[in-house]
Amino acid sequence: MIDAAVTGLSWILLAAGAFYFFVGALGLVRMPDVFTRMHAGSVGDTAGAGLMLAGMMVVAGFSLVSVKLIVILVIILFTSPIATHALAQAALHAGVEPLLAGKGSRGSAGSKPPASKKPASKSRRRAPSRKAKEATR
Amino acid sequence: MMFSAAALAVLAALGLTVVRALQGPTVFDRVLAGNYVGVGAILLLALVGFITDRPEFLDIGILYGLLNIISTLAVLKYWRYGDLSHGGDEEPPST
Repeated sequence: MIDAAVTGLSWILLAAGAFYFFVGALGLVRMPDVFTRMHAGSVGDTAGAGLMLAGMMVVAGFSLVSVKLIVILVIILFTSPIATHALAQAALHAGVEPLLAGKGSRGSAGSKPPASKKPASKSRRRAPSRKAKEATR
Repeated sequence: MMFSAAALAVLAALGLTVVRALQGPTVFDRVLAGNYVGVGAILLLALVGFITDRPEFLDIGILYGLLNIISTLAVLKYWRYGDLSHGGDEEPPST
């Protein structure tokens, strides 16, 4: 009875985690832009990895294996946003424009900076189109 | 059985990710795909550890998780400054 419940729960968690991880990879291929690809990839990093590791924890029970799985989960949950943030900042610095920048009413802060804005951020945002072309290798 | 199915799904996802890493237009797409492959490798290591009933694979998974963030940040810093020992407080002379 307990065995069947554990097996069923871990089936559900592993299947859901594999689904989310696969969907994240699919979004990584299908999305049109670097930033939207980051958005799709974070789904696989958090939901996919978290659910799969939770499914393995259900099988392992209270043991050292569960502790190691929790350590892996904590490492992934801490480092994945750091990597995504550094990647987004590096892409913006290199001059990769977001696909929807300046479209619509809310996203206009990037395309039309107010006059009081610092010139450093303006030049940082606008200048390196040469480097963006250079990054396309 | 269920671990094998999950490992197959992770392998399929890694195949899609490698497609993005090979055709990504900018270097950031490749770095993002590399990061995703790292997470997939951790999951695959844990699953293989459960399939073969050898939980020592989880230690390798922890190591891969720690190396993944370091390698991502190192590649990004090298791409931006051209130098891993750069202080980062001023622009490099080349740009």
